[in-house]
Amino acid sequence: MATTLPARKTPASSEATRKATRKVVRKVKELSYNPKRPVWKERPSPLYQTIKALVLIVFSVSILTPILLVVSTSLADNDQLMRAGGFVLWPERPTLDAYVTIFKGPMVIQSLGVSLFVTAIGTVLALFVTITMAYATSRTVLFGRPVILGVLFTLLFAPGLIPSFLMIRQLNLLDSLWSLILPGIFGAFNFVVMRSFFMNIPGELIESARIDGATDWQILWRIVMPLSKAVIAVVGLFYAVGFWNSFFNALLYINDHSKWPIQLLLRNFVVQGSGAADQLGITTAPPPQSIQMAVVVVALVPILMVYPFLQKHFAKGVITGAVKG
Amino acid sequence: MNSTTEEAPALPEADRVPAHAEGKRLSRGRLRRSKAPVPTAQSFKSRLRRDKQMLLMMLPGIAFLLLFFYVPILGNVIAFQDYQPYLGIGDSLWVGWQNFVDLFGNPDFVHAFWNTLYLAAWQLVFLFPVPLVLALIVDSLVSARVRKVFQSIAYLPHFLSWVLVIAFFQQMLGGAGFVNNTLRQFGMDAVPFMTNPESFPVLVVAQMIWKDAGWAMIIFLAALASIDASLYEAAAADGAGRWRRMWHITLPGLRPVIVLLLILRIGDILSVGFEQFILQRDAVGAGAAEVLDTFTYYTGVIGGGWSTGAAAGLAKGVVSALLIYAANKLAHRFGEDGIFAKKVG
Repeated sequence: MATTLPARKTPASSEATRKATRKVVRKVKELSYNPKRPVWKERPSPLYQTIKALVLIVFSVSILTPILLVVSTSLADNDQLMRAGGFVLWPERPTLDAYVTIFKGPMVIQSLGVSLFVTAIGTVLALFVTITMAYATSRTVLFGRPVILGVLFTLLFAPGLIPSFLMIRQLNLLDSLWSLILPGIFGAFNFVVMRSFFMNIPGELIESARIDGATDWQILWRIVMPLSKAVIAVVGLFYAVGFWNSFFNALLYINDHSKWPIQLLLRNFVVQGSGAADQLGITTAPPPQSIQMAVVVVALVPILMVYPFLQKHFAKGVITGAVKG
Repeated sequence: MNSTTEEAPALPEADRVPAHAEGKRLSRGRLRRSKAPVPTAQSFKSRLRRDKQMLLMMLPGIAFLLLFFYVPILGNVIAFQDYQPYLGIGDSLWVGWQNFVDLFGNPDFVHAFWNTLYLAAWQLVFLFPVPLVLALIVDSLVSARVRKVFQSIAYLPHFLSWVLVIAFFQQMLGGAGFVNNTLRQFGMDAVPFMTNPESFPVLVVAQMIWKDAGWAMIIFLAALASIDASLYEAAAADGAGRWRRMWHITLPGLRPVIVLLLILRIGDILSVGFEQFILQRDAVGAGAAEVLDTFTYYTGVIGGGWSTGAAAGLAKGVVSALLIYAANKLAHRFGEDGIFAKKVG
């Protein structure tokens, strides 16, 4: 990061060096990402190659087919659906009718609102709790590592379903959206990822800030967090995906239909398929396949949208590095 | 550096071990249990003053842990009570081990218990090796592009909720699903993939592979990447073929990761996959899909048998804890690091 600055200051003299650097970078990329087969490695026999290719193709196709099927069916028009007998793999005349229908009733919009609210507030709170806890425990404070490791070890176990339920009831959070948010604002895995990232920030940086008179909060806000944007983004996305996907907490704690998150709606409407039309506030006859599929897609799209970001950061090794440590 | 930490009291700041040193120490198994600076009585007060803000930062996290973790753990006492919601924990009748005695005499619980173990065995045998095999294949790919495309596809389902996964499976394999529709169009009988209790373990494992096998691969890939390539080169120069190299270099290199994942798996073995089962229990029936967690849910929350449910949950928790402990001990015996300080999602 810091090395790019001096290079830019001397543009004329660096033409040759830049070329050389680019060459080296390309070479490194070639070696690390696209190595020619090493000389000592024999070519695999055609049989092995075929088996490998088959495994990879079958696995990929089995993942992609259901997703394609659902998206296509949600977009297909009635004619094609009738002819195909309920499912299509490619919509001939794509139409958004199904989406228009589900957004006419109040249920889908309400549950999307609930899910968005829980995800947004939950992620912000979770990041706050995780960052402060991770930073405070990443430096030796008062008590040493054994205490922290001991606490982490206990987190391997779960308190159990019934006591957690009773706790939420005791706090009067039943049928409140906070019952979906609060139990999820701290995750042991995310904490470990964050903490091991903070521990790798050089202590000298923090010491020098402290000598300059910065308080611990200022150090966290001005120095540690700007250096940790990548890991904060990843952990934040992890939390967001977790909140968006959580379904069981809602099943446990929420009775009021108007407070159902999208996952619970999906479960009751598509997976259980009970009284679908009533619940969605749609008065048409039994909904065609495409309406059910449209609800699935509505729950799927946000994940597909953040997926490229998530993936970009694993590639940087944020997660794998933490897993190894 | 140890000498500087010893002289800490003189310089209040010096006993904070530099972060990078700490990180290094954590990653090396041997040194991990070396003693951290123990606060002496003398320096305790000054440390408290110095670390006031840091301790303040811990408060939200500590509050969370107390409220949603440690206090609920204590709430497990209702397993020893005849808990009545209107009486509360304070006034409910103490019955000692009676709930557990009843539980082990309850055929439903015993069934749920054996069914859990049965499904766990399926998972251990058929699920565990899949990511390893996938990782070995991906690691052997020479083309970076093929590798990247496959990884992008394989990681995706991990981020979908179980509700979505079951919905996808239903649309593909359900009674009115794509496959059965196609079968019918060709005049064949529909196959009850999703509702047949006998084949339920196969379905469950297939769903788990679909959702998480690609993601589980990531850890093996990281471990494979950290194996020194010169080992392979030297072995090849000595005439070792690809299978010998795999047996003598790759698998030993993966051993710590495999052991770690197995331990975590064993500790988790009684939680075979809660959401997955609760979502499908109606379709295949309690006979095939009842596991300890669903038993707890249906007995406790739905049936109002709070104490029975809590007893079932507690029994499961204790057995899981013992399993983790035993597996960890076993790993130490085999000279591996085990899980201490390591935690994977």
